[in-house]
Amino acid sequence: MSENNPFPDEGNTGHIWDDNIRELANPPPNWWMMAFWASIIFVIGYVVIYPAIPLATSYTKGVTGWTAIGEYNAAIAEVEAVRKPYEDKIAAKSAKEILADDELSAYVEASGKVLFGDNCAACHGTGGAGNVGYPVIADDDWLYGGTIEQIQTTITNGRKGMMTAHAATLSEAEIDTLAAYVVGLSEGKTEEKGKALFQSKACFACHGMDAKGMAALGSANLTDGIWRFESTDLLASAKQTIAHGVNAAGDAETRNAEMPAFKDKLSEADIKKMAVYVYKFGGGK
Amino acid sequence: MSEKQIHEQTIEELYAEAQEHTINVGDVKIHAKRMGGKFRNLKWLSNLVWIVFFIGPYMRLGDRQAILLDIPNRQFHIFNLTLLPQDLWMLSFVLLFFAILLAVVTALAGRIWCGFFCFQTVWTDVFTWIEDKLEGGPAKRRKLEKAKWDLSKVIVRGKKYSLWFLIAFFTGMSFVAWFTDAYDLWVDFFTLNASSTAYITVGMFVVGTVFLAGILREQTCFWLCPYARIQAVMIDDTSIVPSYDVKRGETRGRIMKNKPAVEGQGDCVDCNQCVAVCPTGVDIRGGQQEGCIMCGLCIDACDAVMEKIDKPKGLIKFASWDGIMGKEELPLLKRPRVWVYSAILLVSVMGVVIGLSGMESLELKVLHARQPLFVLQSDGNIQNRYTLKVLNKQNEDMKVKITVDDSEFKGLTMIGVEKELVATHGTVTPVTIFIKVPRRNLTVTSQPIVFSIEGKDKEGNVYKSDRESVFIGPKR
Repeated sequence: MSENNPFPDEGNTGHIWDDNIRELANPPPNWWMMAFWASIIFVIGYVVIYPAIPLATSYTKGVTGWTAIGEYNAAIAEVEAVRKPYEDKIAAKSAKEILADDELSAYVEASGKVLFGDNCAACHGTGGAGNVGYPVIADDDWLYGGTIEQIQTTITNGRKGMMTAHAATLSEAEIDTLAAYVVGLSEGKTEEKGKALFQSKACFACHGMDAKGMAALGSANLTDGIWRFESTDLLASAKQTIAHGVNAAGDAETRNAEMPAFKDKLSEADIKKMAVYVYKFGGGK
Repeated sequence: MSEKQIHEQTIEELYAEAQEHTINVGDVKIHAKRMGGKFRNLKWLSNLVWIVFFIGPYMRLGDRQAILLDIPNRQFHIFNLTLLPQDLWMLSFVLLFFAILLAVVTALAGRIWCGFFCFQTVWTDVFTWIEDKLEGGPAKRRKLEKAKWDLSKVIVRGKKYSLWFLIAFFTGMSFVAWFTDAYDLWVDFFTLNASSTAYITVGMFVVGTVFLAGILREQTCFWLCPYARIQAVMIDDTSIVPSYDVKRGETRGRIMKNKPAVEGQGDCVDCNQCVAVCPTGVDIRGGQQEGCIMCGLCIDACDAVMEKIDKPKGLIKFASWDGIMGKEELPLLKRPRVWVYSAILLVSVMGVVIGLSGMESLELKVLHARQPLFVLQSDGNIQNRYTLKVLNKQNEDMKVKITVDDSEFKGLTMIGVEKELVATHGTVTPVTIFIKVPRRNLTVTSQPIVFSIEGKDKEGNVYKSDRESVFIGPKR
């Protein structure tokens, strides 16, 4: 090709098309070459300093020994170091003492949000607002008691209350009467016929003579305005609960109500934190 | 320095160097001739404004810096005034004020900012002044530029750059000193104890100052600064700007010794001195243009020449296009721009004034809890949860009493105020409050509720602040 190159002196590659379109053998521009060499030097420097080349079972470590996970762990350690004095105190103190300590309870309130969000909020809602079928824990109505110790116990061991189904033992009319009676109680009315039935059917055995419930059993206070399962159609809801019970074995329509135990999921310190956190929603006693 | 000033040069000498000074098209470095004159003196005076930038940080007020823009602690101290992030909205009015001020000044008197006050102009002016003192006038500087790097060039350039870098360093230090204790900064800087931010900022200023004011110079105004491009739409025919009196000057022509002037020859003798002294290298005779920073140095030069050839001064002068063309100039108060701009200026000033006068030393913010909005308690009360944030701008901690206006809420109880709240100074102290109201006493779903705080400082001055929030109950 080069023998009949019509442009012999311009340093082209000899590739010529259409008589005059040719490929020149110009060197890359200076700035490009500088960037090229600079990047090679950079790579060498990088390989020396940082982990870089994967080997069969390992990798080159680099002279600094830097790793991404190391940096991450160091950052975590930094945070943990800030938290440590508080965490140590929390571990050493009871939930009640934490609550009484302004600094610690402020720490728990600030740091407990994540723990609550991960473990509790799915059922009880952010801020303890509750969900359909799951109790509000921002109010002061507690089935198992609202002292800080009782809350801690509830979180640690979980709760599973029981109310027998009465569909077999009570007639429909009796259930209607009882339902109307307890709903009336919460509105401040006492209906004599219902009261008599409440006594004769031994509802008081669990709910107490005054129908205010017993924390030891986890039975509900029927006289206040707060309902565990439903708050819209109270009458229908009360009938359902009386007829089919709560966690009643063998009844397909029974209410399910179970608080899981957290003693295996959370450390004792974390449980204390959650007890304080829940207490401070405003319902603690 | 041996190069003469225009006053001392003959017309022939001026003509001889005329072609050396070319109009700036970006291909060669502009070396402007420096000379004295009215606007030159004015420029020195206006440059002095920047002294404040250098000495400002060293003013003290009590045990702290008088003006301290304390970014890590999120507070600005301006003499007795402390601004916290909560007051930042006022900044938008301040910015509006300066933006409009710039527009006003441009519309009325052109780029006074560019020509006399802009840091780019001022620093470039000082840098080229140093260059002129060390390397000599434009001709010598051009020669030196082409000269080989021998010892004398290294020395003179070394001196120049040392001075430039010194100024740049002081510039950077002064800038940083506004943001941290100025005296501590100097000590910390040299004992290697200053923050990395300080070192990086000073470093950037050193490089930036030398590069922008020493090397780029007028090219910054031409091709970096957006203001140069915006000004074209801000200036109108009534703006007072440096203008070449075309009617009087044209047809321009050189004057020859012992030869009468050509018929119809104007007053411009085409000596090119207006181009020679121009720091941005424009030819003002071409009319108003993007490169003109309106510093008036060409006026000094032209006046000097006019004096020399016994012609009246003012061939180039600060005048409006209407004035040059002999049109009647609209009085200031009849121009709509003046009114519109003044109105916006007034609004922004008022915004700042209202903001400053309404600033409370003790401020209350109330956040109503969103989840849940309210809680029904077993005793039939509706409970709402609030986070009160007490901002204390005093220099001392203050005990604060929290109260709530319960006139609209029968049977209201407030929980969480049993202990006295101590509001830490210079920051926000949060406190959680519960309000309980019997359900039967609530008539609407959402009802305004007013919280108040009251604190007393050591001198016995009472500070108060109110904040309205809402009390939310069940749907009716």
